[in-house]
Amino acid sequence: MTWTEADTGILLVGVLCAMACALPGCFLLLRRMSMMGDAISHAVLPGLAIAFLISHSRASWAMFIGAAIAGILTALFTQWISKFGKVDRGAAMGIVFTTLFAIGLILIKKTADNVDLDAGCVLYGAIEFTPLDQVVLWENESSLLRVPRAALVVGGALLFNALVIGLFYKEFTLASFDPALARTHGFRPMLMHYLLMTMVAITTVASFEAVGSIIVIAMLIVPPATAFLITRNLPLLIGLSLGLAALGAILGHLFSQLIPSLIGLPETTSSGMMATMAGFLFLLVWLLGPQGLLRKSKIEEITEPGLPPKL
Amino acid sequence: MSVADLHLIASSEFFDTLIKTLFLESYNTRLVVLGTAFLGATAGIIGSFLLLRKQSLLGDALSHATLPGIGIAFAVMVALGGSGRNLPGLLLGATITGLLGVLLVLAIRRTTRLKDDAAMGIVLSVFFGLGVAILKMVQEIPGASAAGLDSFIYGKPASMIMSDLIIICVTLLLTIVICLIILKELTLLCFDDSFASTQGYPTTFLDIILMGLVTAVTVVGLQSVGLILIIALLITPPTSARFWTSDLRKMLWLSAFIGGLSGWLGASFSAFFEDLPAGAIIVITAGIIFLISMIFGPTRGVLPRYLRQRQLKRKVGRQHILRSVYEIMEAEQESHPLKNLPISLERLRDHRVWSKGELPRLIRQARSEDHLERQPSGELRLSESGFGEASRITRNHRLWELYLIKHADIAPSHVDRDADMVEHILGAEMVHQLEAELELQEHTLESPHVIENESPSHAG
Repeated sequence: MTWTEADTGILLVGVLCAMACALPGCFLLLRRMSMMGDAISHAVLPGLAIAFLISHSRASWAMFIGAAIAGILTALFTQWISKFGKVDRGAAMGIVFTTLFAIGLILIKKTADNVDLDAGCVLYGAIEFTPLDQVVLWENESSLLRVPRAALVVGGALLFNALVIGLFYKEFTLASFDPALARTHGFRPMLMHYLLMTMVAITTVASFEAVGSIIVIAMLIVPPATAFLITRNLPLLIGLSLGLAALGAILGHLFSQLIPSLIGLPETTSSGMMATMAGFLFLLVWLLGPQGLLRKSKIEEITEPGLPPKL
Repeated sequence: MSVADLHLIASSEFFDTLIKTLFLESYNTRLVVLGTAFLGATAGIIGSFLLLRKQSLLGDALSHATLPGIGIAFAVMVALGGSGRNLPGLLLGATITGLLGVLLVLAIRRTTRLKDDAAMGIVLSVFFGLGVAILKMVQEIPGASAAGLDSFIYGKPASMIMSDLIIICVTLLLTIVICLIILKELTLLCFDDSFASTQGYPTTFLDIILMGLVTAVTVVGLQSVGLILIIALLITPPTSARFWTSDLRKMLWLSAFIGGLSGWLGASFSAFFEDLPAGAIIVITAGIIFLISMIFGPTRGVLPRYLRQRQLKRKVGRQHILRSVYEIMEAEQESHPLKNLPISLERLRDHRVWSKGELPRLIRQARSEDHLERQPSGELRLSESGFGEASRITRNHRLWELYLIKHADIAPSHVDRDADMVEHILGAEMVHQLEAELELQEHTLESPHVIENESPSHAG
């Protein structure tokens, strides 16, 4: 394989996107809501279709608003169903996202069948094509700095997430670990919940057009979960997640070029491989990390006698 | 929906065909309608256990985990010189990676600090990513036609053939038989798995059986409704059924019925909108049934629960105001037995702590129930029925207080609040038991503690 400018572009988009996802993913993990990313990324479909129906164009801003609204509605509906109907949150999430996804499939079929907007494109994205749409950042006689437009979008999402988490770090932490205490201190845990959901929705929407929602779902969950096996310290958890996310994206792109040629097949999608490599890193840490399966001594098990099996 | 669709719906021909489809008279759709209905019923039964085990999203993880299996099976079959489109082969691949994914979820949950949601999320996203990567590779294998492999993602009910129907029926029968055989064990697993394991039940093995059933229904459903929408069939019918009953057996049958109904109605409707994805129509049908169940379901539905709460609130309010009036009359009169004399609104207002607007509302309620009447002087007086009710309520309150003092060792000065929590739900039988326990037969009881004005304006 040969390294081209396109590869750099893909890598840049992938890394930025992975890091943008890993940030809110840490708090999703702590709040035991990791599946929310999966739910939101499926449920944005009707938002896209309705935005298209209203604006009659594939203008990015209309799609963005439509999908973001659909994403936040998913979080709202899930909350309502589990609160008013006293339904398990997982089940509520499952009902909301499958129903919205089904509505989205029908709307797209009805309204946008002839346009380049299909469910597959939302799910898989087309990270391979991102380098085709370049934006010139800086230009003078000697040099020219161009980046894919998608890099700006996911970079913006990363910046937004970093800003929000930076501003409300204390509130997020408290609301994640002890919502009741947060409420007594006047921090409004529900507000934090919806802010987190908004972050997830915006990140999902910013990413799917460029890279598809597979990376989003994987990077929201896998790097924070991997980091969680290594540390119990929150700042370290966030830092490690960012690093692991970036590493997963880089490895993913490299292997998407290398592996198929090794076994004599054509190149494959980078986004699928990025998710796979994030999973591979998790497997490594799971087996070999500080608490790793293969390193676990018998003494550790004796320190927790009589506990029921973890279920 | 376009104008042409509306015309179609409006025409009587549409209804004729719809009824024919619904009642399986039309040969073309009979197979599909029956197949999806049976599939919905199977998923409904298995999904009930997942729901009660609070693992509904496991179906989500599992169905995504089947994708790499489909890709690998295709590649292997092509490598062996086959066409790669052999359905049993593809489904076998799906089963293997699906099961692997579920076992990984169980393993991550048991060996790390990660919780359910993270374990499922990891398996789901990584397997799906891997699946997409593999599909992309194998689709470009020269000479092999992999077109249509991604129909597993969205499903094609219309492509169902007789052998699919037979497979679905076998799965349904197998599911029912297995569930009947190990119903007790599965019930225990769902409601108290720690207890099950202390009693020596093989919880891991039971979990694996349950997962095996989920895998079976997912793989069978892949082709007809697709891997994303089979999730809905596993989650939505059981959750809907839960609103109608709290009895596990009834819930299983009801969930199977709702799942079957969703498949039946959804597939029938989709026969008319052939350009629309049928899986999606089935899911939306299930979603509508869920919405109806959530609002009207008698056991846990939102509306019945709201009505029950309102009724209880009225009852508690009625008991509060009547007892207050009774206690004031007692304080104002020296003589025994008590005479039904009017009391002033101010006394009542100061007697206990009322929340804002509560007292006028309760007075209005008591007057409309003919318990309380307003004298021309503006004072309040109990009606005859109100007086009887008030003395009964006060007596129950004091019975309970005496019981708490005597048998629960609660100090007389603290007993009022505790009694307040329970007295509203004392039934007639309970009152008799209390009387027997306390060996009391008198018609009226003295309060075991000093009745003070609770209003803040009098405090301190």
